[in-house]
Amino acid sequence: MAADNLIEIKDVDYWYDKRRAILIGIDMVIPRGKVVAIMGISGSGKTTLLRLIGGVMKARKGEVRVDGQLVNELDTAGIYKLRSRMGMLFQFGALFTDMTVFDNVAFQMREHTNLPERMIRDLVYLKLNAVGLRGAHRLMPSELSGGMARRVALARAIALDPMLMLYDEPFTGLDPISLGVIRNLIRRLNDALGATSIVVTHDVQEALELVDYVYYMSDGKVVAHGTPQEMLANDEPLVHQFVYGEADGPVPFQYPSKNYSEDLRLGAHHV
Amino acid sequence: MSERAALSVRRIGRFTTDGVLRLGYAARFIALTLLHSGTSFRRFGLIIRELYFTGVLSLIIILVSGLFVGMVLGLQGYETLQTYGSESALGVLVALSLVRELGPVVAALLFASRAGSAMTAEIGLMKATEQLSAMEMMAVDPIARVVAPRFWAGVISMPLLAAMFSAMGIFGGYLVGVVLIGVDEGSFWSQMQSAVDFRDDILNGVIKSFVFGVAVTWIALLEGYDAPPTAEGVSGATTRTVVTSSLAILGLDFILTSFMFRGV
Repeated sequence: MAADNLIEIKDVDYWYDKRRAILIGIDMVIPRGKVVAIMGISGSGKTTLLRLIGGVMKARKGEVRVDGQLVNELDTAGIYKLRSRMGMLFQFGALFTDMTVFDNVAFQMREHTNLPERMIRDLVYLKLNAVGLRGAHRLMPSELSGGMARRVALARAIALDPMLMLYDEPFTGLDPISLGVIRNLIRRLNDALGATSIVVTHDVQEALELVDYVYYMSDGKVVAHGTPQEMLANDEPLVHQFVYGEADGPVPFQYPSKNYSEDLRLGAHHV
Repeated sequence: MSERAALSVRRIGRFTTDGVLRLGYAARFIALTLLHSGTSFRRFGLIIRELYFTGVLSLIIILVSGLFVGMVLGLQGYETLQTYGSESALGVLVALSLVRELGPVVAALLFASRAGSAMTAEIGLMKATEQLSAMEMMAVDPIARVVAPRFWAGVISMPLLAAMFSAMGIFGGYLVGVVLIGVDEGSFWSQMQSAVDFRDDILNGVIKSFVFGVAVTWIALLEGYDAPPTAEGVSGATTRTVVTSSLAILGLDFILTSFMFRGV
């Protein structure tokens, strides 16, 4: 494995039910220091792939390597150790609702380190300052707006300076301002921490402005990959339909159904 | 016809295997909880926090219900006892009914509906909002960090709540029997004192409430942890917690009673 690749995925298959595979023959390389997007429509297997990288699930076939370690062969302790060097931002933040903003960000520091409380306090303020919410440290998650919650969750995810950041649909349901804030933060934090980021998203505009490289998935396969410019110019019909948001194309507008006139019983004899 | 028979046999089979599977899952869950309890005891603050939510916040309902149950026992007991001219035994009747049966059982039923349902809903919602997944991704085991402290808080608070229920009930019986009706205060207390045995009555009551505490918290945590991460999933799990733990309390009470009080 090349040392400059943080993640290497080779010929990975995943299925819950063998007749319906979710991922088929995935090959992917994610170089250190880059922000990489995994894009595709809902149900294309993006989130599943993220879970395989986080070791939440194990690949049925093939290899998932993170920082040289074969994730499928790690035991629970090994996976936990690997995860302590990862940060993940969940779709809606997943803040602990019974803790203040401060305690949320301090959570991992208290669980995994023996730092004195005074140092934790300073670190939490640093992280909250990085997302612009130092002043909100006393609030409960229920008092935050969607965008603020996502930023707190981001501060929590970077609490221990992870080498790898995973973002699961970070732009969903945000207003344009919060969206811009989150997008800038993803880039800034990645470069400041010297981390590597994977952004799973179907938000084309945001992703193409933000990332260095794109993998496009459809039906559990990688159908195209390249830089954002290459994706915009890609003439593969699936990618074109997705990037330009066309309602009909290789991904049909209609859910598979019977013949329309048959469903409306046209031509049937009315009694 | 034979097809229908095959179908019903298959259904029975599925019902049985599902039941066994669920039982195995529950056993594995409690085993994991016990195995991962180390964190809770090393950081006892985690348990104390939960003790506040499950124990302290249940106090009001437990104390008020205890008072009323005791008062009703005082009234009903007096009615019956005076027919035989033995109203001086009112203290014994109130104390024994509470310490042996009503204290542990009613307190546990209240605990299941007050604290058990809250536990299920909280954990179910934590799961639905991905808080448990987030914890796992932060390399923190939710069983150790979320489930185990709540389990021990439930197990510790249940006997204490039952004891307070009984104490309050006895006070209620005293209020009605002695203060209101005028049963002799001396015989009320002295007969109670001589008839209630520490080991046979009080200790057995404590054992009962300990067992109920384990059962209720186990069921509540399992239902929450296993709830489908949707609104219907969590509401269904909360209902199941109350129904299953109430039935478990009553069933276990019969079993425990038949072992403890065999008319010796």
